[in-house]
Amino acid sequence: MNSRKLEIAVGIFVALSFAAFFMLALKVSNLITYESSTGYKISATFDNIGGLRVRSPVAVGGVRIGKVASIEYDNENYEAVVTMEIEPKYNRFPSDTSAGILTAGLLGEQYIGLTPGAEEKYLKDGGKITVTQSALVLEDIIGQFLYSKADEK
Amino acid sequence: MLDRLQVLGQRVISVFSRLGQATLFLYQIILTIPGLLSRPSLIIKQLYSTGVQTLLIIVVAGCFVGMVLALQAYYVLVDFGAEDSISQMVVLTLMRELGPVMTGLLFAGRAGSALTAEIGLMKSTEQLSGMEMMAVDPMQRVMAPRVLAGFLAMPMLTAVFMAVGVLGGYLVAVHGVGIFEGVYWSLAQLKVDFYTDLMNGMVKSLVFGFVIVWIAVFEGYDSVPTSEGLGQATTRTVVHGSLAVLGLDFLLTAIMFGDI
Repeated sequence: MNSRKLEIAVGIFVALSFAAFFMLALKVSNLITYESSTGYKISATFDNIGGLRVRSPVAVGGVRIGKVASIEYDNENYEAVVTMEIEPKYNRFPSDTSAGILTAGLLGEQYIGLTPGAEEKYLKDGGKITVTQSALVLEDIIGQFLYSKADEK
Repeated sequence: MLDRLQVLGQRVISVFSRLGQATLFLYQIILTIPGLLSRPSLIIKQLYSTGVQTLLIIVVAGCFVGMVLALQAYYVLVDFGAEDSISQMVVLTLMRELGPVMTGLLFAGRAGSALTAEIGLMKSTEQLSGMEMMAVDPMQRVMAPRVLAGFLAMPMLTAVFMAVGVLGGYLVAVHGVGIFEGVYWSLAQLKVDFYTDLMNGMVKSLVFGFVIVWIAVFEGYDSVPTSEGLGQATTRTVVHGSLAVLGLDFLLTAIMFGDI
């Protein structure tokens, strides 16, 4: 095989592999939807975060507007502190916005749902959400249900 | 009893001495690489024999692996009504584990064994010592282009394997068991992270490629120059190369994804 054909074959191979890599990067990974870390941060405290994890979505009305940046445990108040990273273009959340941990479907992954309030003032970078609702833990609900059944008798 | 202990000791010593030889050998090759960069035609020729000629087996294997992953994921997930998540299973498995590992195993079998046989034959027909007589450094002329080309070819082959596997999974999921096309791609985008999943898979493939060509070239260079010795060296390349890939994969997975 002469060297010209060889070069062409290698060229096609290299082009093919780069095409494969970009297809993987753009079509099946989150590179395009990747939020830069320039988003502003809001924190909220929960009694129980259930199955929430770092990088879980943050949504308003089902629309994804950010992600969970970190989850820590507050040793003083015995609560979980969740820091969310919201995309900068959604910066008009009233200061009495409430946050709840919701589940996508019956067994789906958990995410934070924000419900905007009615205050005139907006939450700033580093702001804190005070009204929160913990994750629904199935065992607790079943426990309560059994208790109430026992009371009825 | 004492004899056996002696044999055992000799074995251990010979393992370490071979490891030392291989490291020095690698060091000699790396020293010659800067001088090689001005002669890309040598590397291109090796890219052809390690990369292009391995491409076909990679594409065929990747397609079947992706298809069988999708089918298997469907059987398990359909019981939970979660068959939409097939794409996450296929893509994550391919990127994190199967892509680099399968490519590494195929690469060791297809390109690694060929490298060992070629260099071993060069040694037994005294081409290497002939080069030295002509003041051509065989490290630079023969070994370094092969090591460099293998190192470059492995991540490229892995990317092709992953992409073909994802497409194979798509074929089964969308046209085979009837997942919606948009669901397949968007659920993969939701779960697959560019850095933790794709780039870590690529890092794995770089490590595997490096180790495989190192083993292949050293076994060829170190082979006993008889037809039997050549056969043993080729076998050793495939066995040691495959074991190194599987062992390193466990280590790398523990480091990269251990805390997730």
